Amino acid sequence: MAFFLQLVVTGFAQGMVYALVALGFVIVLKCSKAFNVAQGQFVMIGGYLGYTFLGMLHLPVWFSLIIAIALAIIMGLVVERLLLRPMVGKPVLAIIMVTMGLATLLDAFAVFFWESQYLTYHGLLPTINLRVGEISVPPETIIGIMVSIVAVAMLMIFFRYTRIGLAMRSTAEDEQVVQVAGIKVTTVYAVSWAIAWVVGIIGGILLGGQGGVTIQMENVGLKVFAVVLLGGMDSVEGAVVAGIMLGMLENIAAGYLDPLLPAGGLATVFPFIVMIIVLIFKPYGLFGLKRIERI
Amino acid sequence: MDLPCGTFQENYAQDMAFIRTKTQWGILAAFLILLFTFPLFLSDTLLSIAIVIGITVISVHGLNILTGYCGQISLGHAAFMAVGGYVSAILCAKLGWSFFTALPCAALSAGLVGLIFGLPSLRIKGFYLIMATVAAQFIVIWVILQLYSVTGGPNGLPVPRPEIGGMVLKSKASYFYLVMIFAILATIMAKNLVRTRVGRAFIAIRDNDLAAEVMGINVFRYKLLAFFIGCVFAGVAGSLLVHYITYAFPAQFPFLDSVWYLGMLIAGGMGSISGGIFGVIALKLLDYAVTLAGPAASDIFPALSGPAGAALGLFIRGLVIILFVIYEPRGLIHRWELIKAYFRLWPFSR
Repeated sequence: MAFFLQLVVTGFAQGMVYALVALGFVIVLKCSKAFNVAQGQFVMIGGYLGYTFLGMLHLPVWFSLIIAIALAIIMGLVVERLLLRPMVGKPVLAIIMVTMGLATLLDAFAVFFWESQYLTYHGLLPTINLRVGEISVPPETIIGIMVSIVAVAMLMIFFRYTRIGLAMRSTAEDEQVVQVAGIKVTTVYAVSWAIAWVVGIIGGILLGGQGGVTIQMENVGLKVFAVVLLGGMDSVEGAVVAGIMLGMLENIAAGYLDPLLPAGGLATVFPFIVMIIVLIFKPYGLFGLKRIERI
Repeated sequence: MDLPCGTFQENYAQDMAFIRTKTQWGILAAFLILLFTFPLFLSDTLLSIAIVIGITVISVHGLNILTGYCGQISLGHAAFMAVGGYVSAILCAKLGWSFFTALPCAALSAGLVGLIFGLPSLRIKGFYLIMATVAAQFIVIWVILQLYSVTGGPNGLPVPRPEIGGMVLKSKASYFYLVMIFAILATIMAKNLVRTRVGRAFIAIRDNDLAAEVMGINVFRYKLLAFFIGCVFAGVAGSLLVHYITYAFPAQFPFLDSVWYLGMLIAGGMGSISGGIFGVIALKLLDYAVTLAGPAASDIFPALSGPAGAALGLFIRGLVIILFVIYEPRGLIHRWELIKAYFRLWPFSR
């Protein structure tokens, strides 16, 4: 039982970060209809930035967080202006290929600046030790959960109560109507990309603090796809619920089944197995909108 | 069509022919002679690049049929190659089959695995289907790692070179001929397939699947058929690749390759068989140029040595994809057609 609860707790912490990152993906998909393959790369860059600021330059945590977020916003705006703006109205595949090119470019950055090494900055994020009975909660995960909850809550408030949040929600509904109403759609796109970068970078810093950074961290992006599919492509709440669910399921499945498998490593493919099952039986996810098409 | 003035189609056979004029026959003959004398004057490195280009052409034809013609985007093509490669490797290395009996089995099993991962295409398309094929990539590689008693896991499996009538194709030149024969056959098959009833059904599904269904095309069957055919091509390519390297290991078939095959298709021109060939040749040569340029650049700028060289390769790959999609979305083949039209219409072209 203790083993099970331990897995659930670690899974919850991981799932919270997945949810946060998935939120960035869903926002871009909803607002600008761009399927962002590079979301995992944002996370990886975030991890490396976390190492640079905390592990290498020894900056205080709050200060590094502010710089990282500022950098993320700038990157978001630059990427949107240079790569995605020319693609407005182009076919889906073309936009996917552009983000795939972006992913490759970011890989190149990681190789260039950090030589794609395995780097850690354990114990540099603030830690809280917590023990409930036999279950010990890994110290970095509490702060991870807290930061993720705060970030998700802030995004929700942002969507519900601010002017630009309203503009983003309506852009997701109907782009043309929004333009007629006098809202600049390009601003909405730019903001959505900035948000995607910010959540990616925050997620990267949190995950990097827990388990170190490698270039493999971009695989979080692939898990995020599974999260988004499970939650429903166009649902913000779905992304959060599915993120937590997938984080837990992945940990439980890996914890119990890995010893039974010849080569283990179930955690790396588990999201994909979930993905296939969801795709076959419930293609629009748990909370997704079912689309009806006409010629 | 871009036939010269005064070429008339007088019967059905002429209408269907690929090659209509004497000039075209001449160019084809010259090209084939050049192709089959490559081993005589190409250096060893260039010859191995030519072999890899030939193998990739086969694989990209499959992807072109699936993605370019039927519109079902696949990001798991390297995994389907892996299936073909591993089946052929196991049959040859463990059971002692000959290459030519193992090849059809490899192609067929790759096709069947493709069929399985194509099943979700019944209900989903677009983003969702892409995800299913990404899942295929990772699940297939994971299964290969799990079956390490048969596949050798991460260490791989040594594979013999193919044998024809007691003669082992040990040299690069002989393997080059084998690959080129397969590449030419694949090209002819692909080019013919896309103008049959099946190929036209694929195109109808790509352009509008609802309209295609109304027209009486069994969309699901044809989508599955596209998956099957595309993956059969991938299986053949994977088998050829494994026998060329004489080793099968999972890292041969990375996710990045799946992405890069799609990149080749886009650079060359999607939905055009010659476009696929153009894309493969251009981007493989670009890759080679990058591997040459890396050390050369680090001689001039010492700062560029080591990982920066690797970064340069990735950087150029990413940039090429982005620039092509933004500035030349119809691919190299479109530019090629424009150039041909320019010379055909000269001096009236502008």
